Parts: sequence; C-alpha cells; structure tokens
Amino acid sequence: MNGKGSEHYRFFTLRTWILLGLAVFGAIVALYRLAVGLGPATNLSDSTPWGLWIAFDVTTGVALAAGGFTVTFAAYVANWDKFKPIARAATLTAFLGYLLVVFGVFLDIGKPFAIWHPIFFWQPGSVMFEIVICISLYTLVLFLEFLPWLLNRLNVLTGVRDFLEKRSVLFTLVILGIMLSYGHQSSLGGLFLITPAKLHPLWYTQFIHHLFFLSAVCVGLSMVSCETIVSANMRNKEHETGILDGLARGTSIALLVYFLFRIGDLAIKGNLGAMFEGSLQSGLFLVEMGVGVVIPMLLLASKSIRASIPALLASHGMVIFGVVLNRFNVVFLTESNMGAAAYFPSWQEFAITVGLVSAGLFLYKLIVTYLPIFTPAEQKT
Amino acid sequence: MSKGVLVDTTRCIGCRSCQIACKAWHDLEARYKPSNGTYTSPEKLSADCYTLIEFFDKKTGDQPSWKFVKEQCLHCQDPACASACPVGALKKTPEGPVIYDQWLCIGCRYCMLACPFQIPKYEWDTTNPWVQKCNFCASRVASDMAPACVKACPMDVMYFDDYDKIAQEAERRINNFPGKYVNHIYGFREAGGTSWMYIADRPFRKLGFNTDVSDKPYPALTWKPSLSKILWEEAGLLAVLGGILYLRNRRNHEEGKK
Ligand code: SF4
Repeated sequence: MNGKGSEHYRFFTLRTWILLGLAVFGAIVALYRLAVGLGPATNLSDSTPWGLWIAFDVTTGVALAAGGFTVTFAAYVANWDKFKPIARAATLTAFLGYLLVVFGVFLDIGKPFAIWHPIFFWQPGSVMFEIVICISLYTLVLFLEFLPWLLNRLNVLTGVRDFLEKRSVLFTLVILGIMLSYGHQSSLGGLFLITPAKLHPLWYTQFIHHLFFLSAVCVGLSMVSCETIVSANMRNKEHETGILDGLARGTSIALLVYFLFRIGDLAIKGNLGAMFEGSLQSGLFLVEMGVGVVIPMLLLASKSIRASIPALLASHGMVIFGVVLNRFNVVFLTESNMGAAAYFPSWQEFAITVGLVSAGLFLYKLIVTYLPIFTPAEQKT
Repeated sequence: MSKGVLVDTTRCIGCRSCQIACKAWHDLEARYKPSNGTYTSPEKLSADCYTLIEFFDKKTGDQPSWKFVKEQCLHCQDPACASACPVGALKKTPEGPVIYDQWLCIGCRYCMLACPFQIPKYEWDTTNPWVQKCNFCASRVASDMAPACVKACPMDVMYFDDYDKIAQEAERRINNFPGKYVNHIYGFREAGGTSWMYIADRPFRKLGFNTDVSDKPYPALTWKPSLSKILWEEAGLLAVLGGILYLRNRRNHEEGKK
C-alpha cells in the first residue's frame, strides 16, 4: 500500500482519452445551451419543467455522492480504523460529485448567472433555498477537506495546509459535512412534499424527506464499495476484503432500515395494496423495492456473498440501480400528472449528462494519479 | 385592502374579450395557431397567454349547452409558489395579487412544480427567461382599478371587490337562485382560499377544475413536516455526533497525549 506505486501506471490510456473526449464534447454542448437557452437545447416544456438534468445530474448525483459523509462518519466520528484507508477516496469522490452537481444546476437553471442569488436573497420557508445553501456550503467543506492534499503536493501555502490538517479543524469539517448532508439529502425529497396530488401514493408520504436521506446512506455505501473494488482493480492491488465486508454489512443494515421505514409507512397509511394494483406505477415500485432493496439486502446479509467480489459488485450495483430508479420515479411520476406531453431528453441533454460524468471520472483518475489519495498517511489521527 | 374576483361561469358567452384585453394590457404577442379540434384557443396557458377561455361542449338535459371557463392564476391567499421559491421572487401583495420579480428569479422552475393549479409558465426560448403568469393586473389593482379582463367583459361575468365581499356575493347568488348553481364556491377553501373564486351550474370536476386540491394552505406541507424541524434535527444530530465522537475517540486522544 504505497501511494507512490500509483504513479507507475500510465495516465493517458485509451479509456482516459475517451473520457476526455466525452467531457470536451459535453462542454461544447454546454456552451451551446448557454448560447441558445433551454428551449432549443432541451425537450423541457411547461408540462415537464424538470428533466434529465434535475433527475440525474442533481437529484441522483447528490445521492450517489453520499459516500462522502457516510464514510467520514465511520472513519472519523465513529473512529472505526477499518474505514480510514478509504476516507480520502470517499471524500474525493464526494467533492468531485458535488462539483458536477453544482455545474449541473448551473446549466439547468434558466438564469445560470443568477446562481448566486440565494446566498443574498433568503427565503427560509423554501425547501429549494435550503438545498441550495446546504449544497453550496457542503461543496465548500469538501473543498477544504481536499485542499491540504493539493497544497501538500504543490508544496505551497504550508501554513494553510497545516491549519486544515489540524485534528480539531478536520473534525469540525467532518461534522459540519454530515450535518449539511443531512440537510440537503433529505430536502431533495422534501421538494415533493408540496405535490401531494401529483406524486403517486406509493411514493408520496409526509416522511419522503427521511426516506431520501436513508436511501442516500444506502447508495453512498454502495458507491464507495464499488469504487473501492474498481480502484483496486485499476491499480492491480489486493482487494481490501475487510473494508468491503464492513461496507456490505453496513449497506445491508441501512437497506433494512429503509425497507422497514418505507413499508411501515405505507402500511400505516393503508396503501400497501397499491403495489399490487397492476399499474405502471405499481410495477415500477415493485422493481424499485425488489431489485433495488430487498434482493441486495438479503444478498449482502450472507457471508459467502460478501466474500465474493463479483457478487458484491452485482449487489451494490442493484442498490445503485434502485436509488437511480427511485429518484427518476419521484421526479417523473410527479410531472406525469402535470399535463399530457410526454418527455424524452434531447441529445443535448444526454451529451451534457454524459460529459459531466466523464469529466468527473477523468478528474478522479487525474487526482488519484498525482495526489496521495490512497496513502493511508492520515491513519495517525 | 385585499381584493378578489368572483367568476360566475354561468354568465360567460365565450367571446374571449378578456383574453384580448389581457394581451393588450400586458403587451403580449398574439400568436395564430390553427384549431386542433377544439374551440379553446390557444389550447393552453403559456408564457405569453396569462388567461384563456376553455370551451366545454356540454348538455343540459338533452339540450346542448356550451360552458366557458376562464382560466388564470387564482392568487392563493397563502401561495405554494411563493413558499417554493428559493429567492422570494414570487410574493403575495397586501392588495391580493401574487406577483413575480424577474430580477430575483434564478429559473429553477420549482414554482411550476409546486403550484397545485399548474399556473406558472416559462419562457423556454430565450436566454434570459422569466416565469410568466397572470399578475391580477397588480398595478391597476393597487390604484383601485379593476383588472383589464374584468373591465373588458361584456357579460359582467367577473365581480371585482374586496376579498370578503366576494364570498358573500357568491353565497348570495347561490341562495337567491335555487337550482341554478351547485353549492360549491371553488376557491373559497381550495388551497386554503384563493383571491379568485368561481361558481358554476355543475360540479367543478366536469368543468376541468382540479378538485384534488387540498383545502389546507400548501406552504404548510413543506414547512410542518420538514423545514420547521430542521434546526432542531440538526441540533440533535450535532449532539449525537459529538457524543459518538467523544466516546469513540477518547482512547486515541489519551494515547496521542502520551
Ligand atoms: S423559477 Fe424563479 S420564481 Fe420560480 S421558484 Fe425558481 S427562482 Fe422562484
């Protein structure tokens, strides 16, 4: 486990070039979107005001980046030594994830250059306000957690670096990060509290914000697991079975809590029957809960599954699929009750989404190659 | 003094004078669109159409009887859009209108999702887009003039007066003409009450009204279960995290001191 080892492999492989190409193409399309406005660049309309960008780049992106606060909780707050080696990687993924989310928001809002307004014009009665503020602050927190590694490498501003690396400062940032994450992860669900008649009762509940938070915890752990497996493959390292086992158990427990909460809530409202009504919605619900929650929950509870890397990847993949589907369902089922027009994203919307993801992967690769992300140096804590 | 409008749908003859007056007063472009099998024209509200008359080909007994329903923002007493907006670009004025400030708006379009009546529309085709909707002719109302559409109506369909008098007038008409109206003032309770109210001769569901609308004000839906609690939840979370941090790191800390 020597960080220097990561510099041995070639940075510019074919895959890296492809990622870079897609990112550049996305950037060109983004310029086009800024030049012509939302109408020509997207298939959004008055009956589908939110599309792929909100559903995937923002709502899903934030959930997928939840690994940052879950792992820093385990590694620093709960002080589980096992998770310390991946704390940096998880923080980095979250940081990049949030950068992409912020960029996605920038492109999605109608007046991109007014994106700073909520910082000055407060409206504390708005869920959207809370989300914007929490996401901005959390991105800043992640940046401050990331900064020392960069400064270390560049060997500049060592005073700032030493300050940020102080135990008290780091722990303050970690705790702030968890609090801010709770605030906006839940509030992304809270957005839909105001659409009771539009969102199908299998999804609508006055606890939807809590469900969003719980599912973010599940998918955050799954994302970190996949990342740990894939990055070990990339660097030709032994798999960290101890960490993976811990993450898998955590995911399974988190899924159980989510499952009980969601089913319990439906049962109390007397809506359990709706899942068997045979409609499109009930089908989507069954896939979401079956493939995304119940099956991986059972799989990850089994010791032999947890010992097998392919089975782990498959199970965590299902969790990720389930949460992506959940976010899409919530956004688009709400909108399906807002008017007749069917929505399918334009190629520009796809190009920008793919470009953002590629840019994220590219930056990730760049950073893990040149910065000591996988060096368990901070184990000293 | 808060103002309101009562729309008596039984009086409307579908002449669309109100539609034209609205376009003229707000200097909105009129677009020609060929009919699409319906007399409602244009078919939907949009960024340059704040109000329109929806045509319903109905029957009374076995006689054909057309029904015409004026659509526009209902100007909720406690509007969902205003609570949804992250920058306070939409707000309810003391005179009644719910107005929009394009300089504050960031274009997140959450107001469009939040509105139970699907009223706010967006200027999709510009690079500096605004949210658009009926503004109850706020400048006219502020100087005690009736909105342009009300003024233009030849059939006196709309009654513009103080908010309190609107509901009284609606009740008076329902009571004075037994059998003429259904006993429902749309907008009296809907969404916690709206500045514009309707009376009609048949159930509102049959006239295209959204009858799934909750009777409670919408902002409470996000405020009560979520936003009002968030500071307490965060405080609790901080306490729990602090506790765990202390308990789990005590040992290390002592070791570190040695
Ligand atoms: S689109 Fe504009 S007016 Fe509507 S909620 Fe967003 S910022 Fe407010």
